[in-house]
Amino acid sequence: MEKKHTLSVLVENTPGALARIVGLFAGRGFNIDSLCVAETLDPTLSHLTLVTHGDDMIIEQIIKQLRRLIDVYKVVDVTEEGEFVEREMALIKVRAEKETRAEVLRMCDIFRCKVVDVSPRTYTVEVTGPESKIEAVIELLKPLGIKELVRTGLIAMKREKKSA
Amino acid sequence: MATKMTGAQIIVEALKREGVDIVFGYPGGAVIDIYDELYRTPEIKHVLVRHEQGATHAADGLARSTGKVGVCLVTSGPGATNTVTGIATAYMDSIPIVVLTGQVPTKLIGNDAFQEVDITGITRPCTKHNFLVKRVEDLAWTLKAAFHIARTGRPGPVLVDLPKDIQQAKTDFHWPEEIRLRSYNPVYEPHKRQVEKAYRLLESSTRPVILVGGGVISSGAHEEVRELAELLHIPVTMTLMGLGGFPGTHEYSLGMLGMHGTYYANMAVANSDLIIAVGARFDDRVTGKVDAFAPMAKIVHIDIDPTSIQKNVRVDVPIVGDCKRSLAKLLEIIKEVGRPSKLWKEQFKEWWEQIDIWRRRYPLTYKQDGEHIKPQFVIEKLYQLTKGEAIVCTEVGQNQMWTAQFYKFDKPRTLLSSGGLGTMGYGFPAAIGAQMANPDKLVLDIAGDGSIQMNIQEMATAMDQRLPIKVIILNNGYLGMVRQWQELFYDRRYSAVQFATIPDFVKLAEAYGAVGLRATKPEEVEGVLKKALETNNLVLVDIHIAPEEGVFPMVPAGRATTEMILV
Ligand SMILES: Cc1cc2nc3c(=O)[nH]c(=O)nc-3n(C[C@H](O)[C@H](O)[C@H](O)COP(=O)(O)OP(=O)(O)OC[C@H]3O[C@@H](n4cnc5c(N)ncnc54)[C@H](O)[C@@H]3O)c2cc1C
Ligand SMILES: Cc1ncc(C[n+]2csc(CCOP(=O)(O)OP(=O)(O)O)c2C)c(N)n1
Ligand SMILES: [Mg+2]
Repeated sequence: MEKKHTLSVLVENTPGALARIVGLFAGRGFNIDSLCVAETLDPTLSHLTLVTHGDDMIIEQIIKQLRRLIDVYKVVDVTEEGEFVEREMALIKVRAEKETRAEVLRMCDIFRCKVVDVSPRTYTVEVTGPESKIEAVIELLKPLGIKELVRTGLIAMKREKKSA
Repeated sequence: MATKMTGAQIIVEALKREGVDIVFGYPGGAVIDIYDELYRTPEIKHVLVRHEQGATHAADGLARSTGKVGVCLVTSGPGATNTVTGIATAYMDSIPIVVLTGQVPTKLIGNDAFQEVDITGITRPCTKHNFLVKRVEDLAWTLKAAFHIARTGRPGPVLVDLPKDIQQAKTDFHWPEEIRLRSYNPVYEPHKRQVEKAYRLLESSTRPVILVGGGVISSGAHEEVRELAELLHIPVTMTLMGLGGFPGTHEYSLGMLGMHGTYYANMAVANSDLIIAVGARFDDRVTGKVDAFAPMAKIVHIDIDPTSIQKNVRVDVPIVGDCKRSLAKLLEIIKEVGRPSKLWKEQFKEWWEQIDIWRRRYPLTYKQDGEHIKPQFVIEKLYQLTKGEAIVCTEVGQNQMWTAQFYKFDKPRTLLSSGGLGTMGYGFPAAIGAQMANPDKLVLDIAGDGSIQMNIQEMATAMDQRLPIKVIILNNGYLGMVRQWQELFYDRRYSAVQFATIPDFVKLAEAYGAVGLRATKPEEVEGVLKKALETNNLVLVDIHIAPEEGVFPMVPAGRATTEMILV
């Protein structure tokens, strides 16, 4: 059964490390749905959040193949680790003419989005949340006319246990 | 006390400290500084090849025949790209080599400079790891890491790209005696609980088979395999890469399994209730149609690389660890429990009866026709004349399969063959590497008329080094393995499998100062082979074999391994 998995990957901050990871996915026909890369507190390590999908055997191979790379320090399948928080951000430039400006603002209010740039004909809206929320906002704004859309891809973190 | 050294000096010093005494290479502008250093280093023997692909295969042959890391050194650009096939060959078969490539000066990298190529980019998917050294201070550590990565865990090729200015820059030399890479920690010690599970499966099994792969050779686990098989009376089959991991002449040996494996090995695996796979990766040449592979068997899979496990077949008991240590642990448990060997024998008695029926029904065989030289006969004769003591390299194709079937390999590291990539042109340069590293052993290359022409230029290298390699060309006048597929599956449409021009191999040998011999009739074979083996020189033996002889048994690609085409 195909399932979506969010992988959290720590890699050595060396040139070529990212190319190795992306090359691995391309070369073995694995999917990358989204990929987010950034520094960590430790400057010698980078952190990657990678969303992929596949059946159990494929996901097992993906994780093992990632671990096999000499530069990969740690791989966690966040999806399998129990509860986790996931967030994505999107910037949406939406048409906002006279008659629709109020409508856009109302939706922003409902979804707690921020308007981060304004022009006579457009609003640029910043939305943050789980993937489902981003998608809901996009769907609702579509009829009004989305001129441009940029998404960051997902980042995720395991939730700590609530009780000791 | 640290002393200032140039990058080139550090490179040569690192090779010495890693115990490298032979380097295969080809010079050029981007490595001229290293060559200048080698000029002053009599401890390291440099073997000048005729093509960089030859250098990589030679380093690979040295590695396979000794277990050491093979090393080659080439210039940037075309020198580097010429190594790619050799690197991919070593990668597919998990062979430890270190490839040193020259690179344009760091400030020119990315500029399309003269003889610049992004060789770390090109080889990323076919090396275990690679490095581009950007600071001379990193050089010693990087070289140490390269050797460490190449030889440990699942071995493989490592490439180090060395910009020219780094070779010329100076720094203090610090050699790290120990190296620790936080992101690379291969697991050697197996999980005890997993090994116990394997033991319990053995206890309840009635039809077990041990499947020996290339990992047994690389981990040196042949003694343990033998002990396990003999103690418990279990039949053993080998992949192409596993040949020699268990004595081919042993009564418990079923020979090779898979596409061109024996009938009885494939039948045994298909009907087994337990497979103990040791350092094998269930390649499609071995499993045939995966869904039909060993349907009744539970599988115990020992492998140092977790990605090999559960990749192609479902595994019941995965054991991540070194073959030798894992088998040692299993043997420990067996001895602790102390079930008498006799009881095990009793347990598998019916199984052996069945296997013996299969063995008698379809032994490995071929038909003599009194007219043509049969390639299988040549290999049998070679086996007898060399008493099975040679290091045998092969090219790729029918020649390779006949060798695997009819030469009985009793010892590890005696068959050198490109299994995973199937690289025509591998055998001869590999033989050069093997002979350089084993000057007192007999080294053969069993070749096809097509393959031998892929690296024939290395004749000159062998002559330079006075290597008495015996190249036995099984000359069928065809790209035989492809022809066989066309015969069987393409209605004999022989498309592009015959060369209009084939050189006179005897004259060719003589042109290089080697000895050329020829046999065209069955009765000449023994004499010619004897003569070749007695000759203390490079010999090319051109044996004209039955042109349309096939390799059998054969499992058609994508079929179940029980659907064999027999002789
Ligand atoms: C024309 C042609 C026909 C072929 N026909 C056949 C055929 O009929 N039958 C056949 O068997 N092959 C055949 N082959 C070869 C085949 O393609 C594969 O190369 C071969 O089957 C792989 O062997 P292996 O599974 O032993 O794996 P290898 O490639 O040798 O892999 C070794 C495995 O052992 C592991 N390993 C390495 N070191 C250790 C260690 N220290 N401890 C534990 N594990 C370790 C590795 O991780 C790897 O999984 C053919 C090739 C060609 C070119
Ligand atoms: C470099 C390379 N090119 C093509 C092939 C495909 N191929 C596999 S076997 C074979 C025929 C080999 O012919 P020959 O060396 O004469 O050996 P034979 O099968 O006749 O014994 C070919 C072309 C290959 N394995 N390697
Ligand atoms: Mg041929």
